[in-house]
Amino acid sequence: MSSSVREAPPRSELHRLLGHPIDLAGHVATHGPLAVAMGEHTSWQGALAASLEASGLAGRGGGGFPSSIKLAAASAYRHGGTLVVNGMEGEPASDKDKVVLTRAPHLVLDGAQFLAALCRAREVVVCIPTGRNGVAAAVQQAISERAVARYARVSETIVRPPDRFVAGEESALASWVDGRDGLPVFRPDKSVPLRIGKRPALVHNAETLAHIALIARHGPEPFLARGLAEERGTCLVTVSGAVAQPGVVEVDRGTPLWDIALRGTPTEPAQALLVGGYGGNWVGPQHFATPYASVSLRTIGASAGVGVVAVLGQSTCGVAETARIARYLAGQSAGQCGPCVLGLPAIADDLARLARGQADGGLMARLQRRLIEVDGRGACRHPDGAVSLVRSALDVFAGDVGAHLRGEPCAHWRHLSSLPFPRPITLT
Amino acid sequence: MTLHITIDPVACDAYGYCAELLPEAIVLDEWGYPIVDGRPLPAELVALATRAVRDCPRRAITVTRKTRAS
Repeated sequence: MSSSVREAPPRSELHRLLGHPIDLAGHVATHGPLAVAMGEHTSWQGALAASLEASGLAGRGGGGFPSSIKLAAASAYRHGGTLVVNGMEGEPASDKDKVVLTRAPHLVLDGAQFLAALCRAREVVVCIPTGRNGVAAAVQQAISERAVARYARVSETIVRPPDRFVAGEESALASWVDGRDGLPVFRPDKSVPLRIGKRPALVHNAETLAHIALIARHGPEPFLARGLAEERGTCLVTVSGAVAQPGVVEVDRGTPLWDIALRGTPTEPAQALLVGGYGGNWVGPQHFATPYASVSLRTIGASAGVGVVAVLGQSTCGVAETARIARYLAGQSAGQCGPCVLGLPAIADDLARLARGQADGGLMARLQRRLIEVDGRGACRHPDGAVSLVRSALDVFAGDVGAHLRGEPCAHWRHLSSLPFPRPITLT
Repeated sequence: MTLHITIDPVACDAYGYCAELLPEAIVLDEWGYPIVDGRPLPAELVALATRAVRDCPRRAITVTRKTRAS
């Protein structure tokens, strides 16, 4: 229209999850058609598998497992399995999967179609919790558009599991889709595939699938043009806490923690950042420049988790916030494993006493012992996340912890939480 | 090849028989649930471990072979 010569966008701009048209026509105009011939072109399959491996993409659901390895294992499955799209996102501080499913549903569904073709699955099942009707409506709209256009290669349906913290754990999700109780399964050998009926199930996080859709179309180069050498691509991060504009941002993987926090416009100086989610870690100011990438975060004892940066302002008590999170996590146990069912409430009770400045002489030794005893002793990693968070709090808020132990709690321990919880958590 | 004790935490209901049979390898936490360390099972405890597997009312214990440390 205006110019006869249009410059192609820079390669790095090709890898972006958010900000594209939401409808199918716009999606196809932006990204091109879904060129998947199921099971026919082995060269296409090999190219996609190679692209995924070259990209180094790791799962964005919290586990951080390399997607190419997960796929290689699944490629050996026999025909007819189920590709499960995990849109459960039980973490209250995370909204990224809701956002990517709402604003880029076709990318998520395309990623599922690519993987379904690669591991010869016969259906795609999208899991969105009960209550999240806006997300389900957006995905249903996308699925309807695709059905009318005869766009998808295998069927796409939505199911609505219960909205519980651990319902999105992959073995729990496969269990629910299979008509069982929807609780995490003890799996000493994780290489044994999950099953739905007698067929294998492959569970992938919604954001991971959107990345896969772009890598499958454009090759690994645009993905590799973003991020750091240690970890490439972009990532979705939910910013919350003491910020004026909480929400989900898409940043290069490896963006410094504080730069991500700034995207939410902090309303006061930060004494710490909560990184990775409620099963993640507190990070003190000396580490605010750490890149949001797995290796860098590991060197400071943190992990990428599900893409969460929450700002803890100076006017909030870190001990009290940790006690609230511990109380919340204790209430979200699936109720199966003794050390989680009994250990998390015990830890939360002691943290609440500490927050109130009512610690007895044995509290800290008891707390430390329980953190050791509960760690790693569930069928899923729910208790491990709680332990990780509490340990980081004892380190980052060591000064405050000492004052609380002496019966001199922070003046503002009673203040309302600045963190997102489904309902207010009291410490009394 | 080494033998290791594995507890299924979902199945376990803290009966505690295993820790009575195998105090050298299993201790109970304050709620009565067994804690196993990751160490290989010594040969002299294999017979007792086999009994613990059999006697567990919840069938929560297994003895597994590992070909390499994991």
